[in-house]
Amino acid sequence: MADVPQDAPEHCPGTESDSAGKSSACQGCPNQTLCSTAPKGPDPVILEIQQKLASVKHKIMVVSGKGGVGKSTFTAHLAHGLASSDTVQVGVLDVDICGPSIPTIMGLEGEQVHQSSSGWSPIYVTDNLAVMSVGFLLKGPEDAVIWRGPRKNGLIKQFLRDVDWGELDFLLIDTPPGTSDEHLSVVQYLNGAGIDGAIVLTTPQEVSLLDVRKEINFCQRVELPVIGVVENMSMFVCPKCKKDSIIFPATTGGGEKMAADFNIPFLGRLPLDPRIGKCCDEGKSFLEEVPDSPATDAFKSIIEKIRDYCSKRPVNKDTETGEAAAQS
Amino acid sequence: MKLLSLARTVVQQRQDVGIMCICRRFSTHEDPFGVRSSPKQTDHQRQMMAKGLPKQRPIEGVKNIICVASGKGGVGKSTTTVNLALAIAAEDPKSKVGILDADIYGPSIPKLMNLSGEPELSADNKMEPLVNYGVKCMSMGFLVDETSAIVWRGLMVMSAIEKLLRQVNWAPLDWLLVDMPPGTGDVQLSIAQSLPLKGAILVTTPQDIALADVRRGATMFQKVHVPVLGVVENMSVFVCPNCGTSHHIFGQKGAQKLSRETGIEILGEVPLDGRVCELSDAGQPIVVAEPNSSQTAVFKSIARKVLEKAS
Repeated sequence: MADVPQDAPEHCPGTESDSAGKSSACQGCPNQTLCSTAPKGPDPVILEIQQKLASVKHKIMVVSGKGGVGKSTFTAHLAHGLASSDTVQVGVLDVDICGPSIPTIMGLEGEQVHQSSSGWSPIYVTDNLAVMSVGFLLKGPEDAVIWRGPRKNGLIKQFLRDVDWGELDFLLIDTPPGTSDEHLSVVQYLNGAGIDGAIVLTTPQEVSLLDVRKEINFCQRVELPVIGVVENMSMFVCPKCKKDSIIFPATTGGGEKMAADFNIPFLGRLPLDPRIGKCCDEGKSFLEEVPDSPATDAFKSIIEKIRDYCSKRPVNKDTETGEAAAQS
Repeated sequence: MKLLSLARTVVQQRQDVGIMCICRRFSTHEDPFGVRSSPKQTDHQRQMMAKGLPKQRPIEGVKNIICVASGKGGVGKSTTTVNLALAIAAEDPKSKVGILDADIYGPSIPKLMNLSGEPELSADNKMEPLVNYGVKCMSMGFLVDETSAIVWRGLMVMSAIEKLLRQVNWAPLDWLLVDMPPGTGDVQLSIAQSLPLKGAILVTTPQDIALADVRRGATMFQKVHVPVLGVVENMSVFVCPNCGTSHHIFGQKGAQKLSRETGIEILGEVPLDGRVCELSDAGQPIVVAEPNSSQTAVFKSIARKVLEKAS
C-alpha cells in the first residue's frame, strides 16, 4: 500500500510505490533521492525475526519514561517469579545498551556469549531461565558502549534475529529510560512477531509521573497494549520501628491516579526494602532470599496478574501475523 | 515531519546493512562487534577519520560549561543540577548561572524550577531562556506538550540539542550547567564533541548497580577528553523520621569505592529525605526553600569545591 507522507508534494505516488522518486511529481521533493534509491517494501528482517521468535509464546516489554525506577530490578524478579515453576521457560532480553544492569542483577557478571550453528546462545541462570544482554559482550565492567542510534539499532536487530532462545513461554524485554532508538527498534522489529504488552513502571512522585505519562503516550502511538502500571518505591517500612515512611511522596496521586487517568489497570505497589538493592548487587533473587518481606508478597501478587493477562492472550499468532502480512 | 522521519529510517536501514556486513566479516569470539580498528593508523588515516566529527565551538558569552551526568538514570542528576546551580549563585552572588536541560525524552528541569510556557523569540531570532530564582533555563519541556512523548531517533535529537545550545540567548553567563540524560549515547557524545566543557560532575547512588553505569560514564568522559571534576553520592542514607535510625536503603560507601578505584574526588554526599522530593514536585529547590537545612549545606559545599576546581 503506497505511503503518502503528510507534507508530500501533490500527486506523490507514495514512498513505497515503484515510481517513488521517479515520477514528475517528485521533482524538487527533498526526499526524492532516498525514495528512488531506497529498498521498497517492509524490512525483510521483520519476517526473519517473526520466524525466529515463532517458538516464543508471550513477549512483554518493561518500560518507564523515567530512569532509576526499578525496571531492571522488576524485570529480573518477574523472570524469577515466572520461572519458579520448572515447566515454564523464560527468557530475558536486556536492550539497555548503554547501561546493561541485567547481568549483575541476575548474578551473571563475567559470562561470555557463545555462537553456535543455530545462533547466539543465551546465558542460563537456571535450566528454564535464559538471559541475553550487551553486558556479556563487553570486555570488563568499565567498558562503555558509546554508540549513536543506528549502531544500537543494528545490535538490537541481531539480538532479536540471531539469539537462539528455543521454546519460550515468556520473553521479557528490559528497556532503557526514554522513548528513543531502543524502544522504536524493538517495536518496529517485533511488528511481525507481535508484543503482548508493556508493563509501565513508575515511582510515586510527580517528577517521575511527568516522564511516565510520555511513555504511556508512546505506547498509545505505536499501538502497544499496556498490561498495567506498577508503582515502585511506594513507601519505606523501617525494619527497626516497623513504621511506614514516605520517601517519594505521591503529591499528585501517584501511579494509581495516573493509571486511572489513562484508563489502564493498576497492577500494584512495591514498597522499598533495603534488601532488594542488596540482592540485586549480589545477583540473587529477592523473592527467594527474603520470602517473608511485604515486598515479596507485593511482587508475587503483581506477577500473578501478569500471568493472568498473558493466559487470556492468543498464543497462536497465525491470525495476527496474517493480518500483519496483509497490511505490509 | 513525517517525510523527514521516513528519510531517517531509510538512512538507518542502509547504515544497518553496513554494520551487519562488518560484523559478519570480522567478528570473532573476542571481538563480536568486529569493529576494533587496526592499531597502526597513519596520520593521514587519522585526519580522514576526524573529518566528519563536529568541531568544538564555545557558546558566545558563556564562560564556563559544566555537565552533570551519570551513566545511570534516576540518581538525581536534575535535582543536583538545579540545587548546585542555585548554590553556585548563592556562593558567588555576582555570577550569572544558567541551566540547559539536555534530557529530550524526560525533561525534568521545568518542573523542578517551577517554570512553564513558551520561550519568546529575540530580535535576532534566538529563544529567550525562562528565568526563575535568578537562573536562566532552557528545556525541551518548554517546547512540547507535557504529555506528548518525543519518539525520535538519535539523529533528530542531535539537531534539537544543537538548537537548544546555539539558538538560545544565553549570554552573558558565568556558569552554564548542562543536565544530561542517562546513558552514554548520542546526546552525551554530541555535547562532549561540540562544546568546550570545563568538566563533568558525576552523580551516583551508593548501589553497585548504579556505580557500574557511572564507571561507564567516567570511561566515556575520559575517551572524549572531558575532565571529571568529581562525584556526588545522592540518596546516601535515610534517617527514619519516627525512630531516628539510619538506613542505607541503596547500599553504602558506593562513592568511596568509586573514588578508590578511579581517583575521582568525592564532592559530597547528599542524604535521602522525603522533603527534597516533596519540594521538587512543588518546584521549590531545597537550596532556596530551606536555606538552613543540612542538604543545602552539602550543596553549598559542593558548589564551593566546583568553583575552586573550575576557576
